[in-house]
Amino acid sequence: MVSSKLPSAEIQLRHLFWLLAGLVLVVAPHTPRLPWWLNLIALMLFAWRIYLGWGDRALPRKWLLALFVLGGILGIYLTYRTIFGRDSGVAMLVLFLSLKLLELRQPRDAVVLVLLSYFLALTNFFYSQTLPTAGLMLATTLINTASLVNFAAPGRSLQANLKTAGVLLAQAGPVMLVLFLLFPRVQGPLWGLPQDAYSGVTGLSDSMSPGAISRLSQSDAIAFRVKFSDDVPPRSQLYWRGPVFWDFDGRTWRPGNVRRYAQMQFEAGGKPYDYEVTLEPHNYSWLFALELAAKTPPGARVTSDYTLLSRRPVRNRVRYEMRSYTDFTEGGTDDARNLRSGLQLPVGFNPRSRRLAQEWAADGASDLAIAQKALSYFREQGFVYTLEPPLLGHDSVDEFLFGSKQGFCEHYASSFVFLLRAAGVPARVVTGYQGGDVNPVDGYMIVRQSDAHAWTEAWLKGRGWVRFDPTAAASPVRVESGIGAAVPATDPLPLMARTTLSWLRGLRYNWDALANKWNQLVLGYDPDRQRQFLSSMGMKEPNWGSMALTLFWGVGALLVLLTAWLLRRMRTADPVQRLWLKFCTKLGKSGCPRAAHEGPADFVARTASRFPGKAERIRAIGERYIALRYGRRTDAHMLSELRLLVRELSV
Amino acid sequence: MFEKILSRSQLYLAFFGPRRPEPGTIFLRQNRVYILPTRAGLAFGMAVGVMLVGSINYNLSLGYVLTFLLASMGLVAILHTFRNLVHLYITPGRAEPVFAGEVAWFELFVENRSRYDRCAIALWHQDKATRCDVASARDAMVSIPVAAARRGWLSAGRITMETRFPLGLLRAWSYIQPDMRCLVYPRPDDGLLPLPEPSAGTGEKRVAGGGSDDFAGLRAYQVSDSPRHIHWKAAAREQQLQTKVFSGRAAAELWLALDQLPADLDLESKLSRMTRWVLAADLDGLRYGLRLPGLELAPDAGEPHRLACLRELALYEL
Repeated sequence: MVSSKLPSAEIQLRHLFWLLAGLVLVVAPHTPRLPWWLNLIALMLFAWRIYLGWGDRALPRKWLLALFVLGGILGIYLTYRTIFGRDSGVAMLVLFLSLKLLELRQPRDAVVLVLLSYFLALTNFFYSQTLPTAGLMLATTLINTASLVNFAAPGRSLQANLKTAGVLLAQAGPVMLVLFLLFPRVQGPLWGLPQDAYSGVTGLSDSMSPGAISRLSQSDAIAFRVKFSDDVPPRSQLYWRGPVFWDFDGRTWRPGNVRRYAQMQFEAGGKPYDYEVTLEPHNYSWLFALELAAKTPPGARVTSDYTLLSRRPVRNRVRYEMRSYTDFTEGGTDDARNLRSGLQLPVGFNPRSRRLAQEWAADGASDLAIAQKALSYFREQGFVYTLEPPLLGHDSVDEFLFGSKQGFCEHYASSFVFLLRAAGVPARVVTGYQGGDVNPVDGYMIVRQSDAHAWTEAWLKGRGWVRFDPTAAASPVRVESGIGAAVPATDPLPLMARTTLSWLRGLRYNWDALANKWNQLVLGYDPDRQRQFLSSMGMKEPNWGSMALTLFWGVGALLVLLTAWLLRRMRTADPVQRLWLKFCTKLGKSGCPRAAHEGPADFVARTASRFPGKAERIRAIGERYIALRYGRRTDAHMLSELRLLVRELSV
Repeated sequence: MFEKILSRSQLYLAFFGPRRPEPGTIFLRQNRVYILPTRAGLAFGMAVGVMLVGSINYNLSLGYVLTFLLASMGLVAILHTFRNLVHLYITPGRAEPVFAGEVAWFELFVENRSRYDRCAIALWHQDKATRCDVASARDAMVSIPVAAARRGWLSAGRITMETRFPLGLLRAWSYIQPDMRCLVYPRPDDGLLPLPEPSAGTGEKRVAGGGSDDFAGLRAYQVSDSPRHIHWKAAAREQQLQTKVFSGRAAAELWLALDQLPADLDLESKLSRMTRWVLAADLDGLRYGLRLPGLELAPDAGEPHRLACLRELALYEL
């Protein structure tokens, strides 16, 4: 701890503006997420500080700032209903940072601001960890570090200080890499996270009502990526199974009570597909796999309706190995209780649909025939597949089946299951994703939110649960070519789902591949990956202790190398001086050290008389040293003579 | 209580600082440069710690990257701060004599023989800092102000060289004690007592009829002549410098003797008055001699004589 006080230094205007620029860059990415009034206050405080700094005016008084603090905290509480959450924490940081600007009198205050800016840079990663965000935050770190240099060396130019900051960060790079790779990773969280920690992620939800999936289809966000180890199944078989819904209340489908964890039992046909899924966080427990999964990932379980569930909600990107059979027979081992809930229907809804189904059943047709009747109904009655169906009222199934005949997959799945149940055939809704694009750049299949889909399963005696996709009946293109080809061109689809812009797709594929590499290597570097990586680097049984030890030595070695490099020029600074010092040391060891006040001429004269045998040599050294050091010209030949003389001198 | 702390800090300095003035050029070897974090550095360390906990808690991979980058930067900054101070050469320069009560300026040459620039180096002495930047293969002259309280030799004392470059998070420092001293003359008193009359017994008689400032003629300028007596009009006409010679007191000899002064004055007051007399006599262009117990400077005039007299006064009985 250092206690000597610096004189209260003033802050130069150019340093103030530099600091403000760095802070704006850190706060800017947060502004879309912050309440409008806070953005306004922050903008006002920044502008105020510029105005005060520009005119060299006095900063406002403390009580005014205290008023702002109290008002700001109250506002944040009223907006977020807490002040300890993730989002409200960020809002508080922005508030304090803006207010600290008006307390910025001394370099000491500026250091506080720079530290706050480092914090805010970190909080940006709560919301986005993409490459552009990383680049932006690196830039802000550079600029804010240059601010630190500005205040430590106020006399230098901004450019020189920016360069110094760059050099520091560049030299920190290798050390950072060692720390990143070797710092023993812990799977967070260490303690409970605030309620809002994982808000704002897109994905399927735990219920399905009309419009839920079509809304999702307008999102271009990536749901998960898949790397097949061999060949890729045909597109029409790419049904990525997610949550299964049983309970219908006339409008919304919910999972129901089927939560019995069972072993997977089905008869597999054909060959299995092996693949690895990298699932983006979606805040629910289910894991997606191709129908039908033959194994469960470690730490996951399977329900009797073949939904894979991880133990904890997926709040970080997870990776798991999977094996699936796309050709399977479920076998029909389900028990009666399950079948009962597969027949449940709300009372008093959709009378026309009920009547239609009961007519089919009254004909004495088999369950399969009823299902096929329903499919052909969708096929033949001129149904339109659209993202923008008209709103439906109380009897949504009736209105869809006999009125609008325009709908998205959730309408088809919902009506189909309704019809089958009304006809006495157990059925259920399955949601998930259908399709996926293989990125030709890195071979990963990308499944986006726009691939979200809903289909159905019906219970057929002897065969068990069989998949029916009523959407495919109404619009076969949806399953064969994807949503872009299936919906009318006027529907609002994400740009990438359209097939026409091929150059844009190429660009996007490259970018996706890069982002995927980034996800796999940097963002996906978790405790497991770390163990794998260190094992592959030859570390036997990487554990906490061995990692810490390697980390210690790695960082130590890097710093030693850096020290040697930083101080390297010192030793070769002046060869003449070095030879002279060597000469003095030699004579000093033989009992004739040079006194501090003694000039070279005096010293040579004294030592020459002390060692008469070597007098000539000593004088020759002295002459050359004096000529080289104090003479007008530099002579390489003389220097080599001096070197030889000094080396061969022995007294 | 306060003395206790003071003695402790002196103990600390006696242990860490140089023990006696170091003659010649001082070289800041590695083993005499110390480094510790500043208050800002400790705050930085805490901030990095909190960021690490946050990164672990939220599983932020990029949070780890940023945290480790900042931590590494802190480590690298240790080396940079250290090398900003180490291997400097400090050579004492001049220290012009001053009068007691004034500020003595000790000149130091800070030489940078390495190939990188040194920035923002502060030299602390008695709670006052002097700052300098030294470019590669250059030197910088630094003047350290030291309050000269008493007459006699004033030594530079211990100077703390420190730097917080590049980030201000760390402070590297070293104690140096250059072998420099500055002569401090007694403070001229502000009394109104005029110069003593030239003493009849020892000096020549006053020239009869001569006024105290009677112009007696011109002679060629000598270096020791007072600028007041240079014939500036002639100099303005670009003639050679000439000095006006006065008859009267100028020709008289003045003895300034310590024992002339009232016995009830203490020694320092006496020396103060003698100092003022020397200055006044020199200003008037008089020839004057100095007589202290056991020492006598023959009457003379001019700069060297004045300095010799002041020196004797400064060092009398020390």
